[in-house]
Amino acid sequence: MAEDQIKTLVALVPIFPLLGFLINGFFNKKLPEKLVGIIGSGSVFLSFILSVWSFILLIGLPEHARFIHANWFDWIISGSFAAGFSFLYDPLSSVMMLVVTGVGFLIHVYSIGYMHGDAGYSRYFAYLNLFTFAMLMLVMGDNLILLYLGWEGVGLCSYLLIGFWFHKKSASDAGKKAFIVNRIGDFGFALGVFLIFWTFASAGHPTVSLSEISHLAPELLVAGGGIVTAITLLLFLGATGKSAQIPLFVWLPDAMEGPTPVSALIHAATMVTAGVYMVARLSAVFVLAPVTMAVIAIIGVTTALFAATIGLVQNDIKRVLAYSTVSQLGYMFLACGVGAFASGIFHLMTHAFFKALLFLGAGSVMHALAGELDLRKMGGLRKYMPRTFITMFIATLAISGVPLFSGFFSKDEILYNAFTSQYGHPILWALGLIAAILTAFYMFRLLFMTFYGKSRMDPEVEKHAHESPNAMTVPLMILAVLALIGGYIGLPHALGGGAWFEKFLEPVFSGAHAGASEAAHHSYLVEYLLMFASIIAAGIGILMAYMSYIGNPQRPKALAEKFSGIYKVLLNKYYVDEFYNFIIVQPIVTGSLFLWKIFDVKIVDGIANGSAALIGWISAKSRTVHTGLVRNYALMFVLGVVVLLGFVFFR
Amino acid sequence: MPSLEYYIVLSTILFCIGVWGVLRSRNAIVVFMAIELMLNAVNLSLVAFASHMKGILANIIQNIPADKIPDLIQTSTASGQVYAILVMTVAAAEAAVGLAIIISIYRMKDSVNVDDINIMKW
Amino acid sequence: MIPFVILAVLAIFGAVMVVTRKSPVASAVYLVMVMVILAGLFVLLGAYFLAAFQIIVYAGAIMVLFLFVIMLLNLRKDEFGRDPRVLQKYLGFSFAVLIMIQSVIIVGWAVKDRSGEGQSVAIESLEKTSDAERNEYLSVESVAETLFTRFAYPFEITSVLLLAAILGAVVIARRRSVTNDEEDV
Repeated sequence: MAEDQIKTLVALVPIFPLLGFLINGFFNKKLPEKLVGIIGSGSVFLSFILSVWSFILLIGLPEHARFIHANWFDWIISGSFAAGFSFLYDPLSSVMMLVVTGVGFLIHVYSIGYMHGDAGYSRYFAYLNLFTFAMLMLVMGDNLILLYLGWEGVGLCSYLLIGFWFHKKSASDAGKKAFIVNRIGDFGFALGVFLIFWTFASAGHPTVSLSEISHLAPELLVAGGGIVTAITLLLFLGATGKSAQIPLFVWLPDAMEGPTPVSALIHAATMVTAGVYMVARLSAVFVLAPVTMAVIAIIGVTTALFAATIGLVQNDIKRVLAYSTVSQLGYMFLACGVGAFASGIFHLMTHAFFKALLFLGAGSVMHALAGELDLRKMGGLRKYMPRTFITMFIATLAISGVPLFSGFFSKDEILYNAFTSQYGHPILWALGLIAAILTAFYMFRLLFMTFYGKSRMDPEVEKHAHESPNAMTVPLMILAVLALIGGYIGLPHALGGGAWFEKFLEPVFSGAHAGASEAAHHSYLVEYLLMFASIIAAGIGILMAYMSYIGNPQRPKALAEKFSGIYKVLLNKYYVDEFYNFIIVQPIVTGSLFLWKIFDVKIVDGIANGSAALIGWISAKSRTVHTGLVRNYALMFVLGVVVLLGFVFFR
Repeated sequence: MPSLEYYIVLSTILFCIGVWGVLRSRNAIVVFMAIELMLNAVNLSLVAFASHMKGILANIIQNIPADKIPDLIQTSTASGQVYAILVMTVAAAEAAVGLAIIISIYRMKDSVNVDDINIMKW
Repeated sequence: MIPFVILAVLAIFGAVMVVTRKSPVASAVYLVMVMVILAGLFVLLGAYFLAAFQIIVYAGAIMVLFLFVIMLLNLRKDEFGRDPRVLQKYLGFSFAVLIMIQSVIIVGWAVKDRSGEGQSVAIESLEKTSDAERNEYLSVESVAETLFTRFAYPFEITSVLLLAAILGAVVIARRRSVTNDEEDV
């Protein structure tokens, strides 16, 4: 039976990274570096093989049978509440598992080269394996509790890995920032989970199982009602934290303090997409709340545009990529918000390929330039590191939405859905298109400033500039291939494809797709027109970047001086950090100081010490009762006799 | 012959005078004498009960077979006196030890005033 | 009735004297008097053996011990002066009076309860026991028989108690030297 086989395979998938974590974690520094690398990436590779294997088996099954529940053991049972340690293997989780283990494996391999010689080598791989395990829990969990376990697990690993070089203050601060900002989102997420359970339990179905929730949601929840809106908004708050959307995106750019492969894996390819995954997974609930859908779409497109504008002027190579990630995640949420969950997941996948590639490429550049991050001190690297250049060029084309590359298909599909879907609106499409122009511009700006033009490197650094070792470039090349062809699995009908990816995911979103299927009946003409607009947008962006950074390198400076006000605002990221600092952090600090200095020290300690002092005072006074005089004691004794005899009278 | 109540009231009065003495006297030996007085008051009541056992039993037994009653009276009457004897014995023992303690204290403090003996105070 | 009243008044007078005398020797003498009067009351109650026992053990042995100690310590009267603890003095008196009133009231209740109660069949057989029988029950033979049969065990325990008291008194009262206990025994 293919189904039983899948169950076994799927149950084995998360075990290997867990084992890898345990081995690397417990034998920290006792193992030779080579072995650590082999264990670290080998375990993920085994998971990947199993994922592929079960994926092939899954495709072999008929469409309606592609929902497989595998229960390891009963985890929490309390009264009518039951949460098993069980997995749900369906098209959506199979895709996510492939992305997590596949891209994860490549990044593990890359890390062998990148982290070579680091003091925390095995600690690094232990964290990375733990992250893979937690992420697999997140995407495989069949109930909200298990999903939450994975959700918090990846958050923890993110914190640990951002602050991996914890002796650097900025790194540990960034880790704390990521953790605390995520707490806000997770709080909302947890409330959403509670609210779901409470709502379903009061309707007689105490369940946290994802499949049951999706199944029962249309029945038990009033579409457009207050409860479902509250649930979905709370869940989406969790998603904005994890996936770095407005207003909780501030942690992601700072998260670049971690090692670059970590940025690639956690903060670009996998963890930050958890929010998108969660929204897609609970799409049946989300479609019941049109208000939330609109909020998601608006926040998504706003974030996409907002982060793209910041990305225009940043000079730190990783920060540009970080804002690009925020922007692309905004696209995914835009897709979810307009009901095109499959497109969101599609973009999630292609984004995982090309964004991981970009980060790894940036890591490769840093590796070559002794850790240099500033774009203004690069240039002309094309001839020093041809492999990195070519792969990054492919990734840049992909993210900019140049036709025939993966990003084009996924992004175009999102924009198309934003225009035509019943939840969509031309304004959403227009804003998305502007963001696409900006994306193309800042990505090519990054590419040109890094690899073209005259070298602006320190002569000392330039002398040592070299291509990275194979362990790093081979993953780059594999990812480049994926970034190149990854989009064809979702080739739309209009271009002669079968939209296989969407079809594959269709059963998962069947509950949510009642309305979206109508959109498919738009004429191809609209689709062609929109596609053309996207191509034009990408072209404008690329052309502007070319004119500014290759044609006339003086122009950006002149523009920056001309619009120095806007430039400054963008360079300082709209002062969002300062704003949060002023609005939220400072009052909390002041309030905490007040609570500490006044409330705690004066009142709480005062009560505690005061009561002790009061008891002491009473004792000091009352101990004088003990006169030591036997006559006094006898008197009290006789008083007792009097009282006891008195009881006889009142009996 | 006076009835039981008179003896009991007399015993109570003597006992309370003993209590008064314990609370009033500062001389440890007099305190002891007051205690002896209280013990004697108790003895008086015990013997009074014993010798009025017939009347007492008349009030408390209802369901005892008639042939067992003489035996019961005999045992209870004698028991009252035995108790009194035991009380006297214990009083003798108590007086012996108590006076020994007073002597010991007098050696230490050069006083038998109970108000001087307050080393147990706070 | 008249012998009882005389003895009772004397006993109360003697007891008050025991408590109020300033000289311990006077107190001791009054206590002897109270004990002798109590022995007289025992006689009135028909407990002749106990009356003898009272005079021999109490007035004879215990009171001699008391006087011995008083003599040994060479206590004089007016040793302590006026009692500075006035509250103790008055409260002590009040409490003693309170206990007395309470007890007397309780005895009064008992008398009242008894007078109203009906007589049962058992009473009739009780009525048959004469004064002669009562005196027989109170006799030395009867007491001895009960003491050595039914109360044999408590009796033996009392002897152990007396032994312990003797040893305790010796150990406590002997003069201790600081350096060596054995020398001064």
